[in-house]
Amino acid sequence: MSTFPGWAGRIGGFFTDNKGPWGPSGSGDEPPSDDGHGGGPWGDPGGKERGPLGGRTVAPLDELLRRGRMRFRGGGGLPGRPDGTLILWALAALIAIWLVFTSIHSIAPGQRGVVTRFGRYSYTLGPGVGLTLPSPIDRVQKVDVESIRSVDLGSQSSEDLMLTGDQNLLDIAYSVRWNVKNPEWYLFQLADPDETIRQVAESAMRSVISQVTLQDAMGDKRSEIETQVTDRMQRILDGYHSGIAIQGVAIQQADPPAEVNDAFKEVTAAQQDAKSYVNQANAYALQLTAKAQGEAAAFDKVYQQYKLAPEVTRRRMYYETMEQVLSKVDKTIVEAPGVTPYLPLPQVKKEQQQQQGPQQ
Amino acid sequence: MIGFIRRRPLVSGGIVLLVLVLLLSSFPIVPETKQAVVVRFGKPERILNRYEPGRPIGSAGAGLSYRIPFVDQIVWIDKRVLAVDMEPQPVLSTDQRRLMVDAFARYRIVDPLLMYIRSTSEENLKSQLQTILRSDVRNELGRQPFAALLTPERQGIMDDVRTALNAQAAKFGAEIVDVRIKKTDLPDGTPLQSAFESMRTAREQEARSIRAQGLKQAQIIRAQADADASKTYAASFGQDPQFYDFYRAMQSYLTTFVGDGQDKPAPTNIILSPQNEYLKQFTGRTAPSK
Repeated sequence: MSTFPGWAGRIGGFFTDNKGPWGPSGSGDEPPSDDGHGGGPWGDPGGKERGPLGGRTVAPLDELLRRGRMRFRGGGGLPGRPDGTLILWALAALIAIWLVFTSIHSIAPGQRGVVTRFGRYSYTLGPGVGLTLPSPIDRVQKVDVESIRSVDLGSQSSEDLMLTGDQNLLDIAYSVRWNVKNPEWYLFQLADPDETIRQVAESAMRSVISQVTLQDAMGDKRSEIETQVTDRMQRILDGYHSGIAIQGVAIQQADPPAEVNDAFKEVTAAQQDAKSYVNQANAYALQLTAKAQGEAAAFDKVYQQYKLAPEVTRRRMYYETMEQVLSKVDKTIVEAPGVTPYLPLPQVKKEQQQQQGPQQ
Repeated sequence: MIGFIRRRPLVSGGIVLLVLVLLLSSFPIVPETKQAVVVRFGKPERILNRYEPGRPIGSAGAGLSYRIPFVDQIVWIDKRVLAVDMEPQPVLSTDQRRLMVDAFARYRIVDPLLMYIRSTSEENLKSQLQTILRSDVRNELGRQPFAALLTPERQGIMDDVRTALNAQAAKFGAEIVDVRIKKTDLPDGTPLQSAFESMRTAREQEARSIRAQGLKQAQIIRAQADADASKTYAASFGQDPQFYDFYRAMQSYLTTFVGDGQDKPAPTNIILSPQNEYLKQFTGRTAPSK
C-alpha cells in the first residue's frame, strides 16, 4: 500500500518542481521576440489568433508583458529558460538514477531480501548484490536471519511470581534467544512477531513451571526446564507458521519471593547446621577409633611381654606405678591402728612438711 | 507533446495527475499481508487474496488487481495471524479458590466477507473476540478444581476453550489458531499472603527436620564409633581379663594421682597402713633401721 503515495508523490513532485521555470509563461501567450527555439512558431499564430478575439485590449497587455520581461532581463541578467531537450535530459537522468537505486540491492551477509512484485511474494535474494525490477514494480524487504535476538522476560526490576506445581510461588527472570529461519513467513504470516514471542514465552514457561516443584525449579532441573520451554515455544510458533527459530531459553533467576526469603535462608542454615553436627560426630568417631586402636595395641604389646614372665612383670609394673604415684603425693603412714591425725588433714601435713623440710 | 506541455503546463500536469490517480485507483496492489473485500455501492462484490489454508506464499492472490475507480471501494483486512489479549480475569475454581488468569488467543480472518458483514472492522472483531474469550476462559476454567487450573494444558481444558471460542469466532469469519494461558496468579491480598505463609511454615518445618536429621545422623555415628571402640577393646583385653584388670588399675592410679601430663590432678593425701601391699617389704625392714 505504501508504494502508492510514494509513487504518486514523486511524480507529482516532478511537476511541481518544473512549474517554477514555466511559471512566467503561464498565460500561454509567448512573446515572439524570445530566443524562439520552441516558442517562436507557436507564439506567432497564437498572437494572431488572439488579435481578432481579444480585440485591442490584448495589445496593451502584450506590450506590458514584453516590457516587464525586458526589464526583468536587463536587470537580472539571468540565462535563458531551459528548453525542452534539457528538461527531457533531466527527466531521463532522474529516471535513470531512480532505476539504478531501486533495482540494484546489496544484501548484507546474514540478511535476506524478500522481493514482492506488486505486493505478491516473488522470490528471496541471498547475500550479495541482487537485481530486481525498479521500485513501483518490485519491492525488497531486508530481513536479518543470522543475528540472534534476545528478549528479556520476568522480573528484572519488579517481582514476577509464578505458581509451581506444588503451589508455591517462584520469582523468575529469563531470556529468550531467537532468530528468523524463514524470512517470508516472518514477514507475511504473523502480525507483531515480537509481542507474539513474548506471549508465547510467558505461556510456555508458565506451563512448564506449573508442572515442577519449587525445589526443582530453583535447583537441579533448571536446564531441563529451559529445554522444555524451548521445545514448547518452537512447537507453538511453528503452529503459527511464524518462521521464527527459538535458539534457547536461559533462566537468569529463579528464587523464592522476597516475602519468604528469610525462611529459605533458615533452611540453608539448617542444612549447614546438620552438616556440622555430622562432621563433629565423624571427628569424634575418628578420634575414638584411633584411641581404642592405640590402647588395644599398647595392651597387646605389654601383654606379650607379660606372658613371658607373668609374676615378675606384674610385680615390676606394680612397684613402678606405686613409685610414680607415691612420689608425687603427700603420704602418711599410720603405724598403729586407731590413730587419727588432726583435722584438717592436708593443713597439718603441710605444716609437718614445712617443719621437717629444713631439718632434713 | 513537449510543445503542448510548454504551452499549457498546468492543464497538462493536471491531466497527467488525473490519469495517474485513475490508473493507481483502478489497479490496486494487494500485498501478501492483506485480504480485501471489493464493495460496489455498499454491496460486496469480490474478495481479493482470500486466506486459504496450505496455500504457499507467493501463489495467486496477492499482486496487481483491478477495480472501477470511485465505484468500487476496497476494505482491507489483515491476512496474518492476529492476537487478542485479555485483561487478567478472576476465576473461581470448584473448590472455591480464586485465581487470576491471563490468556491470549491467536486468530486469523478466514472469511473476510463474513467478517466485513458481521463486524465491519478489525477493531470490532477484536473486541468481540475479547469478550468471548473472557467469558469462555472463565466458564471452562470455573469447572475445574484449583490444582487442574495450574496445568490446564495437561487436562485438555485449553482445547475445550479453543473449541468453544472457535465456534463463536466462526460466526465472525475468524478461525482461532491457538488459545493459551499466559499467567495464573494468586490474587493480591489474602490468597497471596496465605500462600506466602504456607511457604514460610513449610520451610520452617523443613529446616527443623533437616536439623533433627543431622542430629540423628550424628548420634548414630557416635554410637557406632563407641561400639567399634569397645569391640576393639574387647578383642584385645579379652585375651586375659585378670591381667587387664591389673594393667588398667595401674594406668588408672597414674592418671588419678599423677595426671596424664596435660592437667594436674587435685592434691592428694594418702594415708597408708603398714599392712599395705606396697609396704610389705617396708614393714619387714624398718624396725632395725629406725
